[in-house]
Amino acid sequence: MLLIPCPWCGLRAESEFSSGGEANISRPYVNNDLSDNDWADYLFYRKNPKGWHQEQWHHVKGCRRWFNVERHTVTHEIRKSWPMNSSSDSND
Amino acid sequence: MRNKIRRLEQIDRVDRDKPIKFYFNNRAYSAFEGDTLASALLANGVKLVSRSFKFHRPRGIFGSWYEEPNALVQTGLRSDSTPNQRATTVELFDGLRAKSVNVWPNLHFDILSINDKISSIFPAGFYYKTFMWPHFLWPIYEYLIRHSAGLGRVPEAPDQSSYEKQNIHCDILVIGGGVSGLAAALSAAKSGARTIIVDDRAELGGPKFDNKAHISGQSIKSFTSHVEHILNKNPDCEIFTRTSAFMHGDHNFIVLNQKVSDHIHPELRGNLPRERLLKVRAGQVIYATGALERSLVFENNDRPGTMLCSAVSEYINNFGICPGKRVVISGNNDTIYILARDLLNAGAEIVAISDARKRELAVTASEFNKDLPVYFEQAPIKTHGRQCVRAVTFGRVSSDGFISALDKNKKFECDLLCLSGGFDPNLSLFCQSGGDAVFNNESSLIYPNNSPKNVHLVGSSSGIFCLRDAYNNGLKVGIRASELEGFSCSLKAELEECSDNNLGYFQPVWGLSSVHKRPKDFVDLHNDVIGDDIRLAVQEGYQSIEHFKRYTTTGMGPDQGKTGNINAMVLLAKHLGKKVSEIGLTRYRAPWVPVTFGAFAGRDLGILSEPIRKTSLHYWHEENGAIFEDVGQWKRPRYYPQAGESIDDAVVRECHGVRNELGIFDASTLGKIEISGPDSGKFLNRIYTNKFDNLSIGSCRYGLMLKEDGMIMDDGVTSRLDEHNWFMTTTTSNSSLVFNWLDEWLQCEWPSLKVFITSVTGQWSNITIAGPNSRKLLAEVSDINTENSHFPHLTWQAVNLFNIECRVFRISFTGELSYEINVPSQYAQFIWNRLIDIGKKFSITPFGTETLHVLRAEKGYIAVGHDTDGTVTPNDLGLVKMLKSDGDYIGRRSLYRSDTSREGRLQFIGLLLDERVPEGAPIVEIKGDYSSRIKTGYVSSSYYSPTLDSPLALGFLQDGLSRLGDSVQVAIPVQGRNVDAKIVSPVFYDPSGERLNG
Repeated sequence: MLLIPCPWCGLRAESEFSSGGEANISRPYVNNDLSDNDWADYLFYRKNPKGWHQEQWHHVKGCRRWFNVERHTVTHEIRKSWPMNSSSDSND
Repeated sequence: MRNKIRRLEQIDRVDRDKPIKFYFNNRAYSAFEGDTLASALLANGVKLVSRSFKFHRPRGIFGSWYEEPNALVQTGLRSDSTPNQRATTVELFDGLRAKSVNVWPNLHFDILSINDKISSIFPAGFYYKTFMWPHFLWPIYEYLIRHSAGLGRVPEAPDQSSYEKQNIHCDILVIGGGVSGLAAALSAAKSGARTIIVDDRAELGGPKFDNKAHISGQSIKSFTSHVEHILNKNPDCEIFTRTSAFMHGDHNFIVLNQKVSDHIHPELRGNLPRERLLKVRAGQVIYATGALERSLVFENNDRPGTMLCSAVSEYINNFGICPGKRVVISGNNDTIYILARDLLNAGAEIVAISDARKRELAVTASEFNKDLPVYFEQAPIKTHGRQCVRAVTFGRVSSDGFISALDKNKKFECDLLCLSGGFDPNLSLFCQSGGDAVFNNESSLIYPNNSPKNVHLVGSSSGIFCLRDAYNNGLKVGIRASELEGFSCSLKAELEECSDNNLGYFQPVWGLSSVHKRPKDFVDLHNDVIGDDIRLAVQEGYQSIEHFKRYTTTGMGPDQGKTGNINAMVLLAKHLGKKVSEIGLTRYRAPWVPVTFGAFAGRDLGILSEPIRKTSLHYWHEENGAIFEDVGQWKRPRYYPQAGESIDDAVVRECHGVRNELGIFDASTLGKIEISGPDSGKFLNRIYTNKFDNLSIGSCRYGLMLKEDGMIMDDGVTSRLDEHNWFMTTTTSNSSLVFNWLDEWLQCEWPSLKVFITSVTGQWSNITIAGPNSRKLLAEVSDINTENSHFPHLTWQAVNLFNIECRVFRISFTGELSYEINVPSQYAQFIWNRLIDIGKKFSITPFGTETLHVLRAEKGYIAVGHDTDGTVTPNDLGLVKMLKSDGDYIGRRSLYRSDTSREGRLQFIGLLLDERVPEGAPIVEIKGDYSSRIKTGYVSSSYYSPTLDSPLALGFLQDGLSRLGDSVQVAIPVQGRNVDAKIVSPVFYDPSGERLNG
């Protein structure tokens, strides 16, 4: 069970959170030019890296804030976390 | 045959002043307090204790702790019964009852021991090969397999013991209370770090292999009590004994199982829990988990009287029991000479010692005794005897570790054969933490590699077998770990004067070099895997160790192959012609030792297993005879049977009540969300498929919510309270899902929207009155104008009812004129009572969810999650009019994907039929080139409609929307028949909506 650094509550056990998968997926602007492929890329395709991965977590049983985490998918090491509306660089 | 063994004088652990009685296989025996079941059985001369899993061969005690593969017992009676315990880890108390598992009718005469005689039909994978044909005999095979397979019996009654769980945080967790673990805890605790040391035995100190070992002139026992005293005085240190670490999770999350009162008679446990699950989050973890002794593989290496050397040492030094009189010792390292010394001191005769090493490589042993009958470069090739070992024959060990027959065989008669195939660091938990266990092809030993951050190994689990080095290593690692946690330790790791016994040179011994017809040379004692099974698996194409393990079941017994896995791996490599390091080990997984289900469940049982949610009106429902149904965590009244009524009777009465007069329904479980802020309309436009920002204040609108893949997620009515405040309702089961969904979009995708959401499900109770008389009732209890023109369908009004401010929404899920009265929950019961009282003159009928379902199905309304299942689009439901043409909304683009817009999709229809069919039943018809009926849809809702006096069903059918009027059949496979059905519009009742709009 991971220990996840919530930017508001500090280190808390994984059981308080729910995972939201890959971070930084922005919803495309939908118009008639948006191809099936582009929509499928947004809807279905996700990176599955072996290594560092930026992902979203929700402190659902805590402060209920969504935030970003950078986690290593092999060692599960978490090297940073930052709020939803800030960039990852501002929190180093 | 069973001769009681006289205990040796220098007993370490058992209390000879406290004799106790216990029962094994219904026979009474005596022992002392401090004995384990295994030591007590050995002391009573009981050699045969169990039967093996497959061949039902006689087996005795082999080990002394969790590594035990043979001696499985079931302890206790009825609710206290615990199956598949190792006799070696069961602490005796007065009156303990234990019996052998997997024997019938009894241990000494076991019918299935015939399997041993016909073992040639049970090679590896015999299940897959033997029971394949003829097909029609499978029921008989299954019966036989189920009756002969399995070990212990499921207890006859529920466990009455209590179990606890606890979360613990510490800086340093030391696992293992042997010398190196104690040293590590000593320096860690001294630094001021919060330190926990755990050991799975009843007391610290580790196993007692060598009772002459000493540290600074102290015996291990007095060293242990000295350190324990220091640790106990330190407020930063906690000691847990009888506590097994069985899992290492991410970020140093270690789960321990503490046996709090398992060693006490159930009637004397008082309020103590039986076990406690400790969930520890540690900064640093230090593993001092010791080493496991390898067994040797040769013919009939399983006869009772065959034991590990380390186990025999334990029984002599800890329990004062010498398990044999005439002993043969076979090994490949120096520990066999320490054991020989202890056996001689205990009065046993050493018949012979086989040392697999060359004479010149064996001289490091300080205990080497020239008078001992040692046979170098030899190892056992077979044992002789029936119910127990009577003699041993040695063979020659080649330098690559395989045993072949000598020219001249000599039998050594004995009653105890002690085996030592060397020691492997116990790395199971270390590997769970992310470390590796690697086989070194040169030394033939396992060693740890790639230690993860914040995880450390000390002592023999790190490959340090010399006592002095282990002690100093423990101190140093304890200091390093506390420094990593920001503490500094004044203690210096200095070389203590200690005994420096070592394992000496190690010569691997793997198994028999060439085999004739399938000898019983067991690699895995528990699962009866023999050397030839490995050859066979390779012959049949198995190459990966993980596949090999599952095919042969090697290491898959309750002991998880603790004494045999390494031998199996090497034999597999030999048959594959590969290097052992290329094969690798199987993956280590939790639990390291078996843990009872009770410990995982803790107190979360029965009524405490899940929270129960009750509405404010729950007790009225109870008093009025409601039968409840579980909807998520909610208890909802399903129907209110009157005297003598069945569910069907009650539903018919309630339906007629609503359709003809007046019904009252508790809809408080509906999810309720307040949405506020200037951008709420914009937000709702994106969330729902239909338009909301143009909704006027005081109006309500039904909305459909999709997931981004275009599938229906939820539905409900949302009302505009004022310019910036809205009130959303969701289905009961999706209320938190929808709330989280809204929250996620607001936080992650549209943080710029000025919208605030609040869950108010519990704040408002919903009392729904439905039926033609509902207007009369509302007019009677309020002073508002209830005329249709003043209070039309899909509007809401703030209404003062009995001096309580309520919100009345004119919404209908029944198809009748209906008002949903939202009441602050604390007043719900008061208002409900008044409505029931006053409603009597309008023949008010309380109705439950079952009636609601019938009524909504008559009207063709979907129930999300009942009719829809995450594969249904609004188009599939024929709800195209719910899709706005301007502006985007969640899921919109997916409605134009090739799959969602193709022909042949399942679409929502009604079915008229002559009888009620099961929900989920397939709709079948002859189609295309098929000559028999194929499935073209399914039934999603099915009821008897009292209004129509006919069964009806809702369902999904391929292109169903364009097939109204066609005939199909609904299959009831379990009855082997089909029912004729006619496709109709799903709206069976009042299609023009006159009643709800009237």
